[in-house]
Amino acid sequence: MCGIAGLYLKKPELRSQLGKMFEPMLIEMTDRGPDSAGFAIYGDPVADDRIKVTLASDDENFDWKALDAALEKSLGCDVQTKVLANHAVLDTDAGERDLRNWLGENHPELRIVGSGHTVEIFKQVGLPRDVADQFGLGGMQGSHIIGHTRMATESAVTTAGSHPFATGQDLCLVHNGSLSNHNRLRRQLQREGIEFQTENDTEVAAGYMTWQLRNGLTLREVLTASLADLDGFYTFCVGTADGFAVLRDPIACKHAVLAETDDWVAMATEYRAIAPLPGADTARIWEPAPSKIYAWGDADIRVGQVQ
Amino acid sequence: MNTLNLKDLGVSGVNAALQAVPEDSNELAWTVVEPMGQHAIGCGLDAPLHVEIRGHAGFFCGGMNKRAEIVVKGHAGVGVAENMMSGKVHVTGNASESAGATAHGGLLVIEGDASSRCGISMKGVDIVVGGSVGHMSAFMAQSGHMVVCGDAGEALGDSIYEAVLFVGGEVESLGADCIEKEMRPEHLKKLAELLEQAGIDADPKSFKRYGSARKLYNFDIDNVDAY
Repeated sequence: MCGIAGLYLKKPELRSQLGKMFEPMLIEMTDRGPDSAGFAIYGDPVADDRIKVTLASDDENFDWKALDAALEKSLGCDVQTKVLANHAVLDTDAGERDLRNWLGENHPELRIVGSGHTVEIFKQVGLPRDVADQFGLGGMQGSHIIGHTRMATESAVTTAGSHPFATGQDLCLVHNGSLSNHNRLRRQLQREGIEFQTENDTEVAAGYMTWQLRNGLTLREVLTASLADLDGFYTFCVGTADGFAVLRDPIACKHAVLAETDDWVAMATEYRAIAPLPGADTARIWEPAPSKIYAWGDADIRVGQVQ
Repeated sequence: MNTLNLKDLGVSGVNAALQAVPEDSNELAWTVVEPMGQHAIGCGLDAPLHVEIRGHAGFFCGGMNKRAEIVVKGHAGVGVAENMMSGKVHVTGNASESAGATAHGGLLVIEGDASSRCGISMKGVDIVVGGSVGHMSAFMAQSGHMVVCGDAGEALGDSIYEAVLFVGGEVESLGADCIEKEMRPEHLKKLAELLEQAGIDADPKSFKRYGSARKLYNFDIDNVDAY
């Protein structure tokens, strides 16, 4: 059992409120997932020639300043580092491949939590309220956000195993359910060059979607393909740089509810997570149908081949 | 009229107040405000109360109800009126999955749509849905009636026992051992009664009846070698 929640703002003037609106949604899902929590927030994008990479360290005293300096020296690049608890968001003009290689060689203990132009990802073991506090979720701003509260079933209670999962290109995924063909699919995707950091089933779904985006599919097409290729129980909430989508498997036994007003679209495992939002009581509320793709934003844009 | 604010009292506080109403009380009308989609509102009632929930309810609202009449002025989450024994639960909006699951008696009215598995394993309850129901509705339904004024999703009445299903719209597909049956005068009469009790205006003659072919759950002597 897990809880998922997502919030997509339709009005840019609400951007500064995103964290404040979303925090109660995540905390309301504590009963469904007290092990760990995480969220991916789509904030201010970096320039086209730069990337944002979110890193996490198990060492609370990790010297991020030293990392910043070493990176700049070794790769001859510019790095701006924002530290939040044991995570850091690096905004850099280094190539993503070079950066990943350098980190792999020099700091294998660091986890790359996510990367892209827009997304920042924070996740941690602990109660959702504590996780939200650690990262200062309530003060964050952005256009959309997806989050997860986890009760682990398929892999260990670790920060690495917590959601959301991202494997590149601003794509991020939270999942309620369990996949049954993830081992075979992981091997196939590894042959296609997709890298995985855990044994988690959801990471495979994120990897699969990243691979399909790279193949030139739109978010909507990726989700259509997922229906054929991902086997198991799932309700997914997916974010891309400009898109937000929800998909349930054909049996649809994992709960989900959607609500929409003129101001926002919200998705959650249970309505009670949506109830605190302003205007929830008069929102259009419905249960997503099985195998049907619900998408907002630029779900029909081809992100295409990157790198 | 007594009003309970769930935001202040919490679900336990609201339910404790409702369950504490003495048998001979005249204070039978109650209103629950700010339900905030919380679970198990109005569960386990056993008195002739009238409870109005103003807003959307979470999972299992009105579960195990005996004798009380519960009205949800909004949508209801998973398992509304689950295992109801008697009384009435009325949802003015839509209901999520497994509405009326395993319910033994009483009347469940959903003015809007119900999601998948509506009436799963129903054991005597009457369910009237003003809109449509999702897939696997009336799965293993044992007894009682289910009226669907709109359409029914895939695998209606799969592995059904002796429940009686009436559908006004289209049935996407019938489940194992569920068949269309002749609508006889007694069925039209019962259907008219249920629609009237639910306050839904529909012509009983426009409905079709479905039920068990009785080939799946009855032992057939020709199959003895298989055991």
